[in-house]
Amino acid sequence: MCSASASSTDSGTHNMELLGLSMAMVGLFVGFGLLIGVLFGFFGMGGSFLVTPALLVMGYPTRVAVGSGLAFVFGTSVIATLKHRDLGQVDYKLGLLMIVGTTAGIEVGKQTVVYLEALGLAGSIISVTYVFLLGGIGAFVTYEAVKGDSDGGIDHDAAEAAADADDIPDIAKTIQSYNVPPMISLRGGVTVSLWMILGVAFATGLLSGFLGVGGGFIRMPALFYLIGVPVPIAVGTDLFEIVFSGGLGSFLYALDGGVDLSIVVPLLAGSAFGARIGSAATSIVNEDDIKVYFGLMLLGGALAVAVREIGKVYEMPILNRVSLVLILGSALLVSGAVVYSSITALREESRTASPAVE
Amino acid sequence: MIEAGSLSASIDGAILIGAVLAEAIILYGVYGVVEDVLGQRVVNRLRNT
Repeated sequence: MCSASASSTDSGTHNMELLGLSMAMVGLFVGFGLLIGVLFGFFGMGGSFLVTPALLVMGYPTRVAVGSGLAFVFGTSVIATLKHRDLGQVDYKLGLLMIVGTTAGIEVGKQTVVYLEALGLAGSIISVTYVFLLGGIGAFVTYEAVKGDSDGGIDHDAAEAAADADDIPDIAKTIQSYNVPPMISLRGGVTVSLWMILGVAFATGLLSGFLGVGGGFIRMPALFYLIGVPVPIAVGTDLFEIVFSGGLGSFLYALDGGVDLSIVVPLLAGSAFGARIGSAATSIVNEDDIKVYFGLMLLGGALAVAVREIGKVYEMPILNRVSLVLILGSALLVSGAVVYSSITALREESRTASPAVE
Repeated sequence: MIEAGSLSASIDGAILIGAVLAEAIILYGVYGVVEDVLGQRVVNRLRNT
């Protein structure tokens, strides 16, 4: 029996229980859900990346940790997508096209893993790719944000307005310049070839299937840096796609009894609130700040995965816990920074508006 | 032909995921009402502190 369940059962005769968990465990899950919800609503990623390793360290079996993590991601993405929809930050057309391309890419990625497994190379190649990809995207996004000169918050109406040409990354401008019909008009005034969208979706799906991850940390920057949609729409559309991938993934695990509602329900209760805070914060915090936080979070994740892999190679289980502390620590720091930046931006806005009112 | 066991597992799985979806939608609605009632007050408070 897993340690988490055991502790709740042992204390059951003396303490109040909810869904078979002690109130302390329920509180822990709600708090953890809140933290993840802020990140999920703000970045459109961070669910299974954080939940699954935490559940594994708590002693849950792998099937339950992955299945419940996916079910939680599904629920949180529904809430965050609804909130982003309210803010006009979901491009459904782009989302559906991304689902088509991503699904094909995931299948090819999975087949690549099967081939590498037959060669006995899958584990090491996937781990090294994961560390370099997380670290590479993290370093790139952080660098781009630090050198960026955007000085404003994000306009709530950005979804309808044409994106400022200066805000579109160079790679995205190049991709948008390929005039291969049919051309698709996207929110934010972006026009891009259908084939380019499907190509980007296929590539992100390939990496997602190869690495066995949800792919939010690949898709969100890909939508911004490669297709050129504004960051808030990239986040909202990415979340919309996660509703489908998370729903299907959790259903498949639920067939084998891999979804534990006693984990999902309290996590979701916390994340539903956190996702509202995170989603609302995308409309308040400076766009470059979003990118810096996203980049730092990925760098923290890359370091954590590297530490875990070193622990595996040298058979040092303690490094697995160090890895979890690194992941949770960076998540806590980044979500704290998101909330702090939002409050600071609100106060700054209030100070700027005050003289005009007077 | 679909076996009774796999059909039952599919229904159980669908009910479980439906329960997660229902919880998500209910929480969205409940927290939405809380946000409508208290949100602006909290924002004003944060702006003025």
